[in-house]
Amino acid sequence: MANKIIAWIDHRFPLTSFIKHELTGYPTPRNLSYWWNFGFLAGIVLMLQVLTGLFLAMHYKPDAAMAFDSIQHIMRDVNYGWLLRFMHSTGASAFFLVIYIHMARTLYYGSYRAPRELMWWTGQGLLLLLMATAFMGYLLPWGQMSFWGATVITNLFRATPFIGDQVVVWLRGDYAVGDDTLTRFFALHYLFPFLIIGAVVIHLVALHSVRSSNPSGIDLADKDNIPFHPYYTIKDFYGLGVFLMAYFLVVFFFPHSVLEPANNIPANPLITPDHIVPEWYFLPFYAILRAVPNMVGGVVAMGLSVIVFAFMPFLDRSRIPGGGRYRPVYRIMFYLFILDILVLGYVGYVPPTSKTIIIGQVATFIYFGSFILLPFISKAEDKWLFKRGLPPKILALIASEEQEIAKRGKR
Amino acid sequence: MAEYDDLDDTGRRDFLLKVTTVVTGAGAVAASIPFVASMNPSAELLAKANTEVDLSDIPVGGMHTVAWQGKPIFILHRTPESIKAMEATNGGLKPEQDSDRVKKPEWLVVIGVCTHMGCVPNKEGPGWTCHCHGSQYDDSGRVLRGPAPNNLEVPPYRFIADNKIMIGQA
Repeated sequence: MANKIIAWIDHRFPLTSFIKHELTGYPTPRNLSYWWNFGFLAGIVLMLQVLTGLFLAMHYKPDAAMAFDSIQHIMRDVNYGWLLRFMHSTGASAFFLVIYIHMARTLYYGSYRAPRELMWWTGQGLLLLLMATAFMGYLLPWGQMSFWGATVITNLFRATPFIGDQVVVWLRGDYAVGDDTLTRFFALHYLFPFLIIGAVVIHLVALHSVRSSNPSGIDLADKDNIPFHPYYTIKDFYGLGVFLMAYFLVVFFFPHSVLEPANNIPANPLITPDHIVPEWYFLPFYAILRAVPNMVGGVVAMGLSVIVFAFMPFLDRSRIPGGGRYRPVYRIMFYLFILDILVLGYVGYVPPTSKTIIIGQVATFIYFGSFILLPFISKAEDKWLFKRGLPPKILALIASEEQEIAKRGKR
Repeated sequence: MAEYDDLDDTGRRDFLLKVTTVVTGAGAVAASIPFVASMNPSAELLAKANTEVDLSDIPVGGMHTVAWQGKPIFILHRTPESIKAMEATNGGLKPEQDSDRVKKPEWLVVIGVCTHMGCVPNKEGPGWTCHCHGSQYDDSGRVLRGPAPNNLEVPPYRFIADNKIMIGQA
């Protein structure tokens, strides 16, 4: 019977061939490490957020007079409301953690190199959408941190040339963040996940066209590919098990570690909390904003600090695949860059003093300097490694990568 | 009627295509106006744009914060010493005379929103300090230390009686 139904569908819709082509038989490099789990995990977290968000929206009231109390209602009165909310708030942090690891893996192994630039750029678009969604969601509890975070971030748009003040009023729908701002943020917070899902589809179509990168950084010969199912369904689900253990450890035992205590005070437009901090996932960018003494300059620097990753395919001039795996200088740069981001995160977290401002400025220089110097360093490293003589294994990889690219051009 | 041999002449078709594209584009822009405009402050908010404040219960040296258009307004009843000190300087980063910032020297009325990122500065000693990013203002609301780029804004207001002001109307 089931076979008959499937046959009926296959006659009208490419169900079996689609599953075979894109899932069960989808050729995947056999040497993927666990660092390649995080795209799958991001997809799972997205589904968790959509699901918990849908059920939270059934109890939440996007009205300045009721929003704060409706969160308390969810936490105290709604059956398992606390679970839904803690899953959603922890999920936001988990989403960024998973995405940042996913990006770090791409940077380390040079996975952004041709022909995967569009993977990298659609991913960059997804990061921006995720940031916007998280920012708008953070206003909804209508606590002090929500209110003042939204005030500071919408104020950034004052840096718009000529019409800055009007843009800010337009975004808020009021002269200060208020009821209208809250209601539209809720509407957009509900809309954006659907844009994210659309962008994920594009990201996956691009992926299935160029196929997965791998720790050696190139398309492997056909004999070195294995079907996605069962080999990587098993590996992905094992990783998912580990991830869910960590996630629920936070949800059940430390849910407040990702929430700000000041957000338990209802929003008050007349009093700013002494110390405003953004969520941890925005801290490095916030530190860059604060490091520039000029307001417009700070906003531009912060915007650039997110966008600049898109230039990686052009900035990295090395011919050697595998990124940090076969390139010692690039590997050192990568770790220094990660360290620099952690320093920026710390500087963004502490209240500004003359000392942390200097540290923040130095770290901001190193941040942008890494990108500016990369073309020269990667070129020089490439020259040095070729002169010193590369192991035959890597030379073979370079040759096979050139072959793959030539083959792709003909396809 | 087009002539038979006009079929080879694509100029007319290209022209029509261009005109259609331009008209469609203009239509799309025009259609977006109501959507964009709907996000601006509503008539209800605009109707509440003025706030009347009675100054008689603010003691000399005291400050009240009132809400106007959802924003905090600092009303500072300045002491004679403070007035003298403020009139003696032109402020710091954005020099401005004190007399240009007040209607009556004893009353300073400014929007209590830091010109940097929109936090509300705290009254500390003479002047204000913004805790978000460390900007400082004097008792005339003029910025003494960045990152704030400008002095605290003076809202439009006028005295409707000796001890009453209307904020929102110049």
